[in-house]
Amino acid sequence: MEKVWEVLRSYPCEQRHSLAMMQDLQHHFNYIPREGMEAMAEYLGCPLSSLYAMATFYKALSLKPKGKHIIKLCDGTACHIRGSSNLITGIRRTLGIGPDETTPDGLFSLELVNCVGSCALAPVMVVDGTYYGKVTMEKLPEILDSYREGAAR
Amino acid sequence: MKTILVCCGTGCLANGSRAVADEFERLIGERGMDARVECYVKRTGCNGFCENGPIVKIEPADIMYYKVKPSDVAEILEKTVAGDEPVERLLYKNDRGERVLHQKDNPFYAPQHKNALRNIGAIDPTRVEDYIAAGGYEALKRALTMTPDEIIEELKKSGLRGRGGAGFPTWRKWRTAADVDVYPKYVACNGDEGDPGAFMDRSVLEGDPHTVLEGLAICALAIGAEEGFLYIRDEYGLAVKNINTAIADAERHGILGDHLLGTDRKLKLSVVRGGGAFVCGEETALIASIEGRCGEPRPRPPFPAVKGLFGQPTVLNNVETLANVPIILAKGGEQFARVGTEGSKGTKVFALVGKVKRTGLVEVPMGATLRHLIYDIGGGIQGDRPFKAVQTGGPSGGCIPAHMLDLPIDFDTLAQYGAMMGSGGMIVMDDRSCMVEVARYYVKFLSEESCGKCTPCREGLRAMLEILTGICEGRGQEGDIELLEQIGATLKESSLCSLGKTAPNPVLTTIKYFREEYEAHIRQRRCPAGVCTALTVFTIDPEACRGCTLCSRACPTGAITGAVKKAHVIDASKCIACGSCREACRFGAVETRGRDGV
Repeated sequence: MEKVWEVLRSYPCEQRHSLAMMQDLQHHFNYIPREGMEAMAEYLGCPLSSLYAMATFYKALSLKPKGKHIIKLCDGTACHIRGSSNLITGIRRTLGIGPDETTPDGLFSLELVNCVGSCALAPVMVVDGTYYGKVTMEKLPEILDSYREGAAR
Repeated sequence: MKTILVCCGTGCLANGSRAVADEFERLIGERGMDARVECYVKRTGCNGFCENGPIVKIEPADIMYYKVKPSDVAEILEKTVAGDEPVERLLYKNDRGERVLHQKDNPFYAPQHKNALRNIGAIDPTRVEDYIAAGGYEALKRALTMTPDEIIEELKKSGLRGRGGAGFPTWRKWRTAADVDVYPKYVACNGDEGDPGAFMDRSVLEGDPHTVLEGLAICALAIGAEEGFLYIRDEYGLAVKNINTAIADAERHGILGDHLLGTDRKLKLSVVRGGGAFVCGEETALIASIEGRCGEPRPRPPFPAVKGLFGQPTVLNNVETLANVPIILAKGGEQFARVGTEGSKGTKVFALVGKVKRTGLVEVPMGATLRHLIYDIGGGIQGDRPFKAVQTGGPSGGCIPAHMLDLPIDFDTLAQYGAMMGSGGMIVMDDRSCMVEVARYYVKFLSEESCGKCTPCREGLRAMLEILTGICEGRGQEGDIELLEQIGATLKESSLCSLGKTAPNPVLTTIKYFREEYEAHIRQRRCPAGVCTALTVFTIDPEACRGCTLCSRACPTGAITGAVKKAHVIDASKCIACGSCREACRFGAVETRGRDGV
């Protein structure tokens, strides 16, 4: 809770900063906790429902806790044409999760994103902010394994 | 003095350019610098030729190295920096197999005409001094001596039209906002590049942030605004960082802030990070998002130039548009208008991607043909396969077939054929791209991104997606094509904003130019491109197979068996029809047919 208030107080008390506040909460907690939104409603003096509307509207925000490592698989057009849908199948086979799901051990979450702007390297996968270009079915398990506990990176 | 430029754009970083830059710095430091040669490493923005990254350029000799690894650094320092000898193996090989020494001779760069991308790859985006040395902020200096009318007149002469998609004349937006006598006014930059397959805005924001700030400042002078916002996708971390650095530096140097270049004019700029919603590229939705609400569009008029942010007059321009503004002010509108076509002046940046040999960002004069872009600059189709279509303008655009390759690209021509310029995504497809599946892909994207406010867009897209998915999965029926056309027409006419109005374009253009492909899916239960898994069976032609084992190694399910130098076989019960074997095969031995054997 302390962290929540720290984030909120770093912005002036104006509605227009609500998206930025939620993004910061998302970055910190990997999701937006209910208490965070309640505190925001109190701080901004706005209805909780309007914040809930935003949290469900914007793709960058999530109400469910995410895994430790976030896999962003690009399914933008260029990646799609170069076989990103196969990688979705590949991740399902390797980790047993589909888009917007988290592994039971809480290690990985998969998000499908529409273009990370690195089309020349398609298909692209971003894990915790690290970009992997020209990912193939062969390379996929290798990349994912490097994020497991104790793996040398 | 020689300068070593290491590209550290997102693409090159993914290829490991940070390690290359570090190695240069380490070795230069370790060797205590050669007495004759002083080198330093600049972290430049994106070159657009990301596929061949990390890219290293040695100035002033204009030598460009590709796919540089940290282990190559010592050799480059010895040969090219201390001496004048190129490292042959790191040079680019052109279509004739010759090594190309200079960037200007590379077939990817040679035909380009750079306006918006002029500084990218040449200056360090984190150093305002670099931008100033390249002639930066001269245009702003000039604008400060002009009246708003004179600035807008210069824009009018240039014929600049918005590069974000619709192609609305930029001067007219500025004129409208300048004429409204309501204060405060705002300027805003649309950096919410949501088009999947386009990344020119990211590149400009990352690689030349000051040019965007300068464009915004000139706009602010023209309309009388003192505050501005840059709305940038949160996914573009480096872009947000570089813009924030640029704003802070420009304020510290007295360029922006309370006294624009020492005058009594002021401009306060700040960054708003986008929340990841495609619809926020629409101006009224973007404004709602900056105000801290859901990014839903509203009906226009009133246009934002009259009533925009916080209800005040607001001019909203795209990143690439703003990057062109300083050139117009510095060199004059007439000079700018010398390049381009009758109705579309200047240049346009395209993201040339997909199944093309050389991918990346290319900036060419308006009116260049698709053939020029795809074959001369792009080097043709990967693996020399047949060209099938090019998709322009992202989800709002359309697919243009092979017989229209000589079409000149400008705002009006593309619109005439059902496609659109959009933000400049140019996705090249070969005979292994299924046009029905591409249409389904876009409709799925749009149905997820539709904000849901107006019914035609929300329900129409959902219905279209259902029909298209059915066709791709073998449940297509007679009458589906006509129904798609009908729903598409309704969307075009009755949607609230451009997202819905243009959403049927990918479907309608693929039906128009590739109707037979739809019919093959529906009538013969066959996907001619071999993409739709429910309709495709993969087999290996035993005559053509040389038994090289590449396919069996590429197969993710272990469905392919066979001994070395013997024909391989696919076990249909294990095959998931992913096509990895077909991509891997060098002899064209992997074949596809429909489930019914057609």
